Amino acid sequence: MTQATNNKDVAIIGIGIHPFGRTDQLSGLEQGAYATREALRDAGVKWSDIGVAFGGSHDAGNADSMTNLLGLTGLPFINVNNGCATGGSSMMSAVSAIRSGMADLAVAVGFDKHQRGAFNPEPADYGLPDWYGATGLMITTQFFALKAQRYLYEHGISEAALVKVSQRAFRNGALNPNAWRRQPMSYEEIAQSMPVDLPLRKYMLCSPAEGGVALVLCSAAKARQYTTTPVILKAAVVRTRLYGSFEVFSPGIAAQAAPAPTVMAAHAAFEEAGVGPQDINVLQLQDTDSATEIIHMAENGFCADGEQERLLNDGDTEIGGCLPINTDGGCLANGEPIGASGLRQVYEICLQLRGQAGARQVPGQPKLGYTHVYGAPGVSAVTILQS
Amino acid sequence: MTNDSMPDLVCPDALRQTARGWILMGSRCTACGEMFFPVQRSCTRCCGTVLESCELGDRGTLWSWTIQGFQPKPPYDGGTGEAAFQPYGVGYIQMPSQLKVESRLTINDPTQLKIGMPMQLVLDPYRRTADGRERVTFAFMPQATDAGAQS
Repeated sequence: MTQATNNKDVAIIGIGIHPFGRTDQLSGLEQGAYATREALRDAGVKWSDIGVAFGGSHDAGNADSMTNLLGLTGLPFINVNNGCATGGSSMMSAVSAIRSGMADLAVAVGFDKHQRGAFNPEPADYGLPDWYGATGLMITTQFFALKAQRYLYEHGISEAALVKVSQRAFRNGALNPNAWRRQPMSYEEIAQSMPVDLPLRKYMLCSPAEGGVALVLCSAAKARQYTTTPVILKAAVVRTRLYGSFEVFSPGIAAQAAPAPTVMAAHAAFEEAGVGPQDINVLQLQDTDSATEIIHMAENGFCADGEQERLLNDGDTEIGGCLPINTDGGCLANGEPIGASGLRQVYEICLQLRGQAGARQVPGQPKLGYTHVYGAPGVSAVTILQS
Repeated sequence: MTNDSMPDLVCPDALRQTARGWILMGSRCTACGEMFFPVQRSCTRCCGTVLESCELGDRGTLWSWTIQGFQPKPPYDGGTGEAAFQPYGVGYIQMPSQLKVESRLTINDPTQLKIGMPMQLVLDPYRRTADGRERVTFAFMPQATDAGAQS
């Protein structure tokens, strides 16, 4: 139809968010419905126009119950329950539905509302023996710490780099009205905060939180009927772990190492989009903790292992740098409502590509953006977005 | 553990008592030979379904470590209350087969832990039940320096 897009391309024509953090007066489902209404308004369409919806939460109920709040229009609404990749999986499903001709307009929505403190999963849900949980080994922050400790050791990265990632996250969060933590923090405050799982300290780890994000999608060929600023999804890829990769909730790790699911997802996404890491102008990387962001810089192909500390010290990952990472403050400043977190990343990149990111806008009209989410038990979702 | 009674193991499948002391147990795939910890019934490497019990040993080297700094929520059952909580070490031990096993460590002092240091399996009474009995799991401790030159 148009020269700029492939006829299989899918566009995001509406984006909506409910601010992240703690909203005591609203359920998680209500925050999801709020985000959906915002996305519909942004797209200029009605809920009754939507042909299919995909969504999910981890702790805040069934996404299809949202029809009780938005309207019982009879649409197929698929519940997605895929851990931290719930948002990415919802979006990938919406893309497939549009490409297949199932619907003209689709919604992908994620929301959540978690209790305070670390997650406490049941071993049986992950096919693991009860003693793994009973003896205190099944803790997500432990895994991130163990992976961080090994990575810092192998690649000669100092603990100062972990502090600098957190500092940037809170600095960017302060520029984001939808972020949870909006106070910049000093190096000392972070470096001397309570040890949670060394080398990770309190202000190097994101916290479970609340929030909702929704997207309205349609085929790229029809996008300009709805908006002057469509964002084209050049790739949306989900990959799970291979045998031998080092993942969360692993009582044992194979002798022979294999690449992380992020490496596989990133590679497939770049191939699908026909671009490389050097072409990306603004990016979102899963920063469950500051070390995972550092590791994910390399796993996604944006630098070599061990190169991260120099990039951080040189300011390359700042909003004005050549590799702006987590411009909205990432998980560190927004917290992690599992169902919504991956879609928050896409929301931020859409704002950046539309030139609507306000005080945190990446200069020079970014054209290509990237999002990456990672979660239990070893799943990664990557998108590449184009203005 | 000073008496001769059998310890109350939380993970009996993972441990076996031998003449040389306690050793860690896992599974080996009869099709491809891959070793696993803990015991499992299917091979995630070759998709085989016939696995046999195998010994993983009682010694290895520290591959990575952390110190658990807060008392985990249930299903952790070793809790003594936030106020009395003592941080505990957690690490991966690289066994002679190169398989890495996640384990509690007897050390919770970060200055005493170094990647690559030799480690030794011990039984760890990580919890005391309401009736006062010790509940035991496996853990690793640094090998005594004079045992460093093991045969």
